[in-house]
Amino acid sequence: MARVFRGLDWYLLVLTLLLCAFGVLQIYSATHGTKWQDAWWKQIVFVVFGLGLMWVMSQIDYHSLVSRVFPLYGVTIALLIVTMTVGSRVFGSTRWIRVAGFTFQVSEFAKIVIILLVARYLSDMRHGQRIVWQDLIKLGGLVGVPMLLVMKQPDLGTSLTYIPILVCGILMAGMRIKYLLIIALAILLVLPIGYHFLKPYQKDRLASFIDPERDPKGAGFQVIQSRIAVGNGGMWGRGVTQGSQTHLGFLPVPHTDFIFSSFAEEHGFVGVVVALVLYFLFIMQIVQNAQIASDREGVYICMGIGALMLFHVLVNVGMVVGRMPVAGIPLPLMSSGGSNVLSVFLMLGLVNSVRLRRSVTT
Amino acid sequence: MALVESQREREEVSSEQLLRDNPKAVAGKIVVFQYVVVAVFIFLLSAFWALQVQNPDYYSEAAERNRVKSTPILAPRGKILDRDGRVIVDNKATYSLLLNRDQLKFEHLPAISEALGLDFNELADKIHKMGSRPQIVIKDELTRDEMAWVESHRDPSAFPEMEVIKSWRRLYPQDGYAAHAIGYVGEISESELDQPQFIDYHPGDIIGKDGIEKEYDSTLRGIDGERRVLVDSMGRERQVDKPKDATPGKDLTVTLDLDLQSVAELAMDGKRGAVVALDPRSGDVLAMVSRPTFDPNKFTGRISRADWQAIAGDPYKPLMNRAIQAELAPGSTFKPMEGLAGLETGVIDDETDFHCAGGATFYGHYFACHLKGGHGNISLRRAIAQSCDVYFYNVGNRLGIDRIAQYAEMAGYGSKTGIDLPNERESTMPSTRWKMRNFRQKWYAGETISVAIGQGAVTISPLQLATAFGGLALDGRWMRPHMVRGAKPSLIRQEHFQRKNFEAVMDGMCEVVNNGGTGRAAVLPNITVCGKTGTAQLASTQLAHSGRKNLQNNAWFVAFAPRENPEIVVVALFENGVESYTAVPIVRDVLKAYFDKKQRLQKERSLTARARPPLLLPVAIPATLLFGDVVH
Repeated sequence: MARVFRGLDWYLLVLTLLLCAFGVLQIYSATHGTKWQDAWWKQIVFVVFGLGLMWVMSQIDYHSLVSRVFPLYGVTIALLIVTMTVGSRVFGSTRWIRVAGFTFQVSEFAKIVIILLVARYLSDMRHGQRIVWQDLIKLGGLVGVPMLLVMKQPDLGTSLTYIPILVCGILMAGMRIKYLLIIALAILLVLPIGYHFLKPYQKDRLASFIDPERDPKGAGFQVIQSRIAVGNGGMWGRGVTQGSQTHLGFLPVPHTDFIFSSFAEEHGFVGVVVALVLYFLFIMQIVQNAQIASDREGVYICMGIGALMLFHVLVNVGMVVGRMPVAGIPLPLMSSGGSNVLSVFLMLGLVNSVRLRRSVTT
Repeated sequence: MALVESQREREEVSSEQLLRDNPKAVAGKIVVFQYVVVAVFIFLLSAFWALQVQNPDYYSEAAERNRVKSTPILAPRGKILDRDGRVIVDNKATYSLLLNRDQLKFEHLPAISEALGLDFNELADKIHKMGSRPQIVIKDELTRDEMAWVESHRDPSAFPEMEVIKSWRRLYPQDGYAAHAIGYVGEISESELDQPQFIDYHPGDIIGKDGIEKEYDSTLRGIDGERRVLVDSMGRERQVDKPKDATPGKDLTVTLDLDLQSVAELAMDGKRGAVVALDPRSGDVLAMVSRPTFDPNKFTGRISRADWQAIAGDPYKPLMNRAIQAELAPGSTFKPMEGLAGLETGVIDDETDFHCAGGATFYGHYFACHLKGGHGNISLRRAIAQSCDVYFYNVGNRLGIDRIAQYAEMAGYGSKTGIDLPNERESTMPSTRWKMRNFRQKWYAGETISVAIGQGAVTISPLQLATAFGGLALDGRWMRPHMVRGAKPSLIRQEHFQRKNFEAVMDGMCEVVNNGGTGRAAVLPNITVCGKTGTAQLASTQLAHSGRKNLQNNAWFVAFAPRENPEIVVVALFENGVESYTAVPIVRDVLKAYFDKKQRLQKERSLTARARPPLLLPVAIPATLLFGDVVH
């Protein structure tokens, strides 16, 4: 029995479970007495199920997944198209498909495929070879297709999470400074044009990020209320189920996207420091697995996952304190939501798969 | 060949495979990534530090404002009672509609103003000016229909900003009765809020704007309570705290006597002018009427612009309290004090006669007497009774302006009485110093002649005239008039006159009423009424320049009674009354009402005094005497 679990990253697992515990506790507190009040035990079920998936994933050789990435990619694209056509509509966007009573958010699982895809493409390149324009266009195109499909749902936040995977991979693979500068310039030029293609609510979010007081009753409301909640926590917090911003409905979705805001209100700066330190160690431990990976596929996989987690934490927590626009992406391991929990555990399974095979070629 | 090539290719691939498998090539880049992670977490932590540690009060107050909705519990103002405890000003419980700023949406305003019959522009203006106030009252005295409409539309989906609170509407007597003395209340203005004496007041507060309401605002106003409710983001009430009750304002008993006030109001019906009745011994103001008047009920709370403009724009100035603000020439009412001045200084004695031929020439100017045929040889007593102008031209000429001023100032000319009402104006007494100070010119002796009959620059208000006569009638003991009961009488000035001089002037004033004088219409049975008429020419006043054709003299009459130990002094000013005798019946009515009431009260007191012993008697009778035949 012990042999089955030997070699797993126990340190990472402890950090993961601590963060999940924080999440469950906060979901319980924030939804106490509301119509979502059974979300906390659903979250426990997902975490337990996620642990199982993680173990299964860790037993699969990641090389076999990397080699089969194109069929997986095809299936993902197909599912995204299915989501668009038959998906269930919630809050004005079509993100979920219903299978046997469960709803799946395909865009969450697409992250894993994109991580594998980037790992496959970049590890196929030869030694000393640097990324050229053709590579950028090909890889950009491959990642761009699911991104556009997710953006059309519309779910700008999730589609943006694919970018750090791509960027991290490219930077790891190495690229000339000249390219970097040109890309940066291009982004600067494209951004204002892209702004016109945003939905009105997305424009509002962006505008209210720059100046939340511009429309305190409308788009700026969430940011203002979230900042009030965080500030209301003070040094020691208001106590579990005692946050007035959380419990009187001033915080939007206090158990999903704004869970860290309600956590900060009830546990204060001290709680925030503890949680952020855990996230810091969690990401650093993923990176550590990249450092001991036996090959580039492993490095790209771990680094892709690390970059994705960092992006999630940065954008979600940054949004809570008003330092990032409201993008609507969950906080990994803490936010309530099955698909996100499962996809994170699958990624942790991948990290363990890389770890378990570190000594194969040395 | 092909085989060799494929073999070589495979070797190349396999050799590069090894290189490719070397993960150490990216080690440096992973370190860079780790630094990025550190930077991101420092960035995030600094944001929490700024919000939670550096500035926690700001946000906890914001959260407090979010969740606690406080509505005022309005305190009723104190009632105003007359000297006998009868209610003059009361409060009526009503309901007012207020709008909460937090839920306020500007696009709701047209619908709300339409449903409640409010002017949209006025409402929008009010909202615009509300600043940081949490609530604003937009309509008082909601009708039953309006209440029903509000209750059915204040759910979160319609107009959640609306809230109904209990409020108090000030109930004033009808038809502007005693309106000037009492004053009125209104919403505190922005300019008032800037003044230091209103430091404890808040925007939207109702305060006294004039009269007693203003002067005694701090007594009358209560302390508002507060109802605190925990609300959620939808404005739904979650928890109600124990309310802080309102402390009602204190009732105020004023010196006015509703019986006298009513008589004076009736007597002034349809006229312009003022009536003041005083108790000269204490300074109690028994009645104060000013006409034209206004309805203070229209001012309670939030007056509409149209109503305000109608009243404020009236050329006859109904808001002006003529009793304390109409500064007019005293005319012949000036003569008794001047006669006394003549006697006291010795320029005349009580035997001095002057000849009146219907006029006289002084310093090259001819000054007419009001009686064209002249009064012939006339003494001081008859000159007062007949109001002979020539006699007083001569007295004034002998006295000179400064000695006239010295005595007039004893009676209060040139100053305020200091009554406890806002905006009293100062009377004017010209003198050489006065002219030098105000006009940088020396005084011409010719000017003294018109001052001698109460014309020229000399002015006085009805209240000041009543005070002047009251003090004169008490042999030189001038008391400060006041409006509120219980205040200690305060002496303005005490002078001592020679008995025979004082009696001579009193004789003259007595003859005005009782011996064929100009005030004979004021005669009362059993009471010796003394007084003096006056006619103030308007030639010197502003109205003369207004070009109005019906320019007529103001009539004065001032009387006190009884002659010995006077209890009441009454002044009537009848603007454009033409002849002085037109003011006499007004004063007579008030005096009569005073003495009738006094008599009635004395009779009641003696009746109850006699009725008491029989009431006690049955107690003293043994039961056996009463029920003797029942006991067997």
